[in-house]
This record gives sequence, structure tokens and C-alpha cells, in this order.
Amino acid sequence: MDQTRAEPSIYQPDREVGIVGYGSYVPRYRLPASEVARIWKGGSGGTPIQEKSVAGLDEDVITMAIEAARNALQRAQIDPSVIRAVWVGSESHPYAVKPTSTVVAEAIGATPHTLAADWEFACKAATEALQASIGLIGSGMADYTLAIGMDTAQGRPGDALEYTAAAGGAAYVIGPAEESLAVFEGSYSYATDTPDFFRRAYEKYPEHGERFTGEPAYFKHISSAARTLMDALGTTAEDYQHAVFHQPNAKFPQKAARGLGFKPEQIQAGLLSPKIGNPYAGSALIGLTAVLDVAQPGDHILLVSYGSGAGSDAFSLRVSEALTARRERAVSTQQYLERRTEIDYATYARLRGKLILK
Amino acid sequence: MIKSNPDDILIAGLGITPVGEHWDKQLRTLALEAISAARQDAGELVPEAIYVANSLAPVLSSQTQLGALVADFAGLRGVEAYTIQAAEASGGAAVRQAYLALQSGRIDVALVVGVEKISERPSAEVEDALVMSGDADYEAIHGVTTAAQAALLMQRYMYEFDLSQDAFAGFCVNAHANGANNPMAMFQRAIDENKYAKAPMLCSPVNMFDAAPIADGAAALVLTRAELFPETPSHPRVRIAASSQATSTIALHDRQDLLTFNAAIDATNKAYALAGVQAKDVQVFELHDRFSIFAALSLEACGFAQRGEGWKLAKDGSIRPDGSIPICTFGGSKARGDSCGATGVYQIAELCLQLQGRAGKNQVPDVQTGMAQCLGGTGATAATHILQRIDGS
Repeated sequence: MDQTRAEPSIYQPDREVGIVGYGSYVPRYRLPASEVARIWKGGSGGTPIQEKSVAGLDEDVITMAIEAARNALQRAQIDPSVIRAVWVGSESHPYAVKPTSTVVAEAIGATPHTLAADWEFACKAATEALQASIGLIGSGMADYTLAIGMDTAQGRPGDALEYTAAAGGAAYVIGPAEESLAVFEGSYSYATDTPDFFRRAYEKYPEHGERFTGEPAYFKHISSAARTLMDALGTTAEDYQHAVFHQPNAKFPQKAARGLGFKPEQIQAGLLSPKIGNPYAGSALIGLTAVLDVAQPGDHILLVSYGSGAGSDAFSLRVSEALTARRERAVSTQQYLERRTEIDYATYARLRGKLILK
Repeated sequence: MIKSNPDDILIAGLGITPVGEHWDKQLRTLALEAISAARQDAGELVPEAIYVANSLAPVLSSQTQLGALVADFAGLRGVEAYTIQAAEASGGAAVRQAYLALQSGRIDVALVVGVEKISERPSAEVEDALVMSGDADYEAIHGVTTAAQAALLMQRYMYEFDLSQDAFAGFCVNAHANGANNPMAMFQRAIDENKYAKAPMLCSPVNMFDAAPIADGAAALVLTRAELFPETPSHPRVRIAASSQATSTIALHDRQDLLTFNAAIDATNKAYALAGVQAKDVQVFELHDRFSIFAALSLEACGFAQRGEGWKLAKDGSIRPDGSIPICTFGGSKARGDSCGATGVYQIAELCLQLQGRAGKNQVPDVQTGMAQCLGGTGATAATHILQRIDGS
């Protein structure tokens, strides 16, 4: 029995680290949840979101990661060749063996002096890359990294996840605080062995433990991570102008926020799931891009991801003066949301390769 | 006046855990919670035998030999212990086995614990496990689930007696109203007939409110003979005035009359004869409302309504706590939640609380005699108990 488990302590590097640039990407296609209900539920029953984003025929995690990375670089205004790590978190990497990150690094001009790696931890694969970036830069080993969360998430046809499993994500250039649009005040990670959702090797779609994915999985990890971080920083919900929680549907992040004492207006800017669904590893991170699009210098932002299996990464950010001018240099997340082509289930089935032709 | 007899089997203590999705609890920890509460309620008595009521652990928890498991974990290592399995009637069956052992004089203090751990597995596996209480070779193999069997009965009932679905609304409204006052209930929110009418269909004509939720739970009772019970108990003494059990055909297609729960009739008539009471003497009836049609058929089988008229007792409010035959006074399976093999123990514990005046907001005034009946499968097994409060205690 472990009687001497360490007291939780948060991550705070010696050298302050922040977000130097950020960028999002959402493919243009939207599948209304009512379409999934029409095909699989006879049009009856509630839907967890309004509609979800769907990648086009010529899009995958690599192409979308490059789009988001280019937007992030627009805002960062740095030479891509000095980026010492290109990290892509996803659960829909196009290859089982062969990195996504090398293709992305090559495309944006970050090769060859860089640590390219793919990350995997269900929906929090990319916030881990963020956490590691803080370490790499905070220790002085590197000045810049690129952390990307991007997914073309899989949902079994007819499964509850098909309503929400979406495509999209965000990229972050992480660097020294003095060049940042927002500075990390502290971060924390919380993990347990909780098998609420998984996809085994060679399987096309994930399996999930129904309501087990709620209380003992999502809510426990999100709130434990958030509370530990806020307690250590001495902050409460009132200290934050914005909060972003992982968004598997519309309801969960709102309930988690309420439980932690946040008011609806504090999560409004970053709550994108009703409009785009759950782009898994991209979910919390694209929510943060929408917040950065509207936040004011001095604002405090709480970001908490959740990955099944299970764990949460929590970050407390303070917005810098530089944000206001630099965010205009790239397309906003709101503009991506407005670029919208509605499709029906048949088109969705074609775009997502649901029809087996041979 | 009901006087005590040294041979009376008394309920010395009871313990109940909330019914729900206990993600962080194992079968053994749920059992321990109920046992600890029951033993605390029972005072100094030390159980000599444990009867574990359970139906699904071999399938859902890959665990047999619950007797040894529970005895060990509950700090009663060494006592004799068994699993009693009679599908969803396991709880009543276990109480009966404890009752018989105490009557034999070979056991002085018996512990009954009903426990079920459902949330371990996804719902499709739970559905597979539940259907095992039907006839595997002739029913389950054709995909006739538990809800489908109830639907066949309900459809036939509505056809024969020319009723529409709303005839059953009263059962759900009563159960949820009572559950709203039970802190151990899975659903503690009242519903109205309108909500019942709008409920999504589960297996036509059984809608979501016609079917009880299946969830984790444990309930325990400490039983002993009156001669061994303390002189000054903290609560009024409650005796088991009758204990009986009967079976009927396991498969629906073997029944002469689909709308008669023969096992319930036989077990109840035996119990009435043993206790020397009639239906009119029963002031509270904890019946097994796994489906609302079960409630209607149980009321008819036990002599509270004529064939085809059980639904009227729900419609006119007779089944409410202030009615002539209150049922499901803690929410029943519908609102308290149904923990399969544990349900019979929950029912008897709840009935005991009614007799002792410990039923809180749903207390039925001055209950002297009450009955509890649980059903295994679609009425293939019925275990019936009549409880009485002993006066002058």
C-alpha cells in the first residue's frame, strides 16, 4: 500500500513560457445531428449538438494540421526553421506507422533540426504536447515548439458518437513569455487507469462504456485537474474571464463548468461543440483559439482538456498586450465556423468512406 | 392485537444502500455497506449464517461463491454462507431460507444480504444477462428480451380489457411520487401523466416509464427468533408472519392464461393461510413493478383486484400512500431502482420501516400488517412475505 503518495504540485517552469502564435482549422462541411437521427433513430430522440464538421474527400489530419500551423505561424511571425519540436496529437493519424508530424514539419519549413513526434492520448493528445512544450522551452532546451491537436474523429455508424465525432483542431506556437500573446501561469496533469473509451489496433471505430464515460471519467478528471491547479494558484472561478473545457458534446462542458463555479458567460466564447461537434484532440484547443480571438489583455483563461483512458491537463493563462494586434494576422475561428456547407447523411457517408466499395 | 411468540422470527435490523450507478464500488463493498448498516441497526447480534441474494454476479462480475466472498469481506470469516439464486426473486428466496433456518432452531441469528453490481458492464451485456431468467432454449434464443416479454403481456392485457396505454400511467406516477421522498431512490423526481404519455417507446407498448431501471444496490436484514431479541428494542418489533414461495412455468408459451401470475397466486394464498390474514388485512403491499404490467397483474394475483381490473387501483389513486392499498411506498423498482436479486430484500426492509413507523414522508399511518412479493423472470417464481408489527413492543 502506498501510504506516502506525494502531495499534488503544479508545473511552473523557471523560465516563463507562453503562446506565441495560434491558429485553427475547421473543414467546411457540416452534418446536422438531425441527419444522424433521421437515418438511425427514425428522426426521434434528442441530439447532443446541432451539427458537426466533416472533413472533405481531400482532407486528413496532415492537411488540416498544416492549415492550422500556417495560421499559427502567421500570428507568431517567426522563422519556422527555429521550431525545435513539431508535435501532433490525434487519434486519427493517417498512418499507423509513419509520423504525421514529419509531413507537417516539412510542409511548414521546420525540418530538419526538429523533434517531430506524434502524440496519442484520446482527446487530450495535444494538450500533452502543450505541457511538454512548456517543459522544453521552460528548461531552455528550445525557444519554440509547435503543438497541434487535430482529428478526423471516428464514430461507428449509428453509435451515439456518430452525432459528435468531428473534424478540426488547432495549432500553437509555444515560446518565451516575452514574445507571447498569452502566458502560462501554471499547469497540471491528472491521470488514472479508467477505461471509458478505447479503440484497439486494427479496429475502425472506438468503443465506449456508455454512462461510465460521464461521472467517473470526464467529470472526475476535469474537475480534479481544474481544482488542483486553481487551489495551487490560489484562484477561483471568478478570477477567470474565460474557461474552456473539453467538449465531447454540448452538455458535458457546461455541467463541468457549473460544478467548478463558472457562469455560462465565462465558457460561452470557447464553447464550439454545438456548432462543430467534438474534434477529439482538437476540441479543447480549438475552443481556446475562439477565446483568444476575443480575449482582452490582462484576461485570465482556464483550459482543461480530457482524454479517455483517462486524464486531464489543466492550464492557467494570462493574456498579454501583444494579442490584440497579432490575432488579426490570420483567419479567425469564427470565420471558419461561418464557412459552412451543409451536407446530408449520404454525402457524409461518401466523404467519410462509410461505403465499402470492395 | 398481535402478541409476540418466542418462536416468532423477527427483523432485528436492516440496512439499505442507495440504488444507482456506483462506479467506484464493487459487489463486495456494496454488500458490506448494507451489512454494516443492518448490523448497527440490530445491536449486539452476531450472525451465524449469511444468505446472499444475487442473480447476475456469475455473468456480470465473473464471480460465484458470493457466500464466502461476502462473509470474508464483511468481517464474518468462518460463518456458513451461501448464494441464493432465484433470478429477480432471489431476495425473497434468501429471506425465506434464512427464515427456515431460524425456525429449525439450528441457527439463531441469520444475515440476509441482497446485492447486485450491474454498472460493471455495458447495457447490451446486461440485457443478455437479464434475459437468462427466461427460458434460454425457447425464449431467449429467439431474442425475446425481458422487456419484450412484458410487452407481450401488456399488449394482451390492453387487448383483452380494451384499454389504452394511459391505463398504466398511475403506476409510474405513484412510484415516482414516492421515490421523490426516498433518499435511497435512484430517481427522486415526481412525474405526471403527461410525462408518462410522452415517454419514448422501449418495446411497444412498454414505454420508458413502464420499465424499471436496473442498477447497483444492496440491502441487508438481520433476522433472529423473538426469544433471542433484546427486551427493549429501539424500534417496534416486526415479525415475519408468513414466508412462502411458488413457481410457475418459466416460459410464457406454456401458460394456460398469459394474464395470470400463477406463482404469485400460489405463494400469496399460502402466505395468507400461514399468517391467518386475507387481502383486506394487508395495509401496505410492496409488489415487484419491474414493468407496470407486473404491478397490475400482481394486484390481481394477490386478491386486491379482479382479473383485468388491477389498473383501476392505479387510476383511482388506491395505490398511493393515502389509498386503500398503498404499493411501492419507497418508489418500487420503477423509482427506487431495481437491483435484481437484491430487490426482494429492499422490499422487506422498506416494509419493515413502514411497520416501525420509520418510513418518513411516505409513512402509511399505523401499519400493522404488510406484504412483500418479488417475482423472478416474468412471474415464474414468486416469493411472498407477510410482516406484522407486534403490539406492546
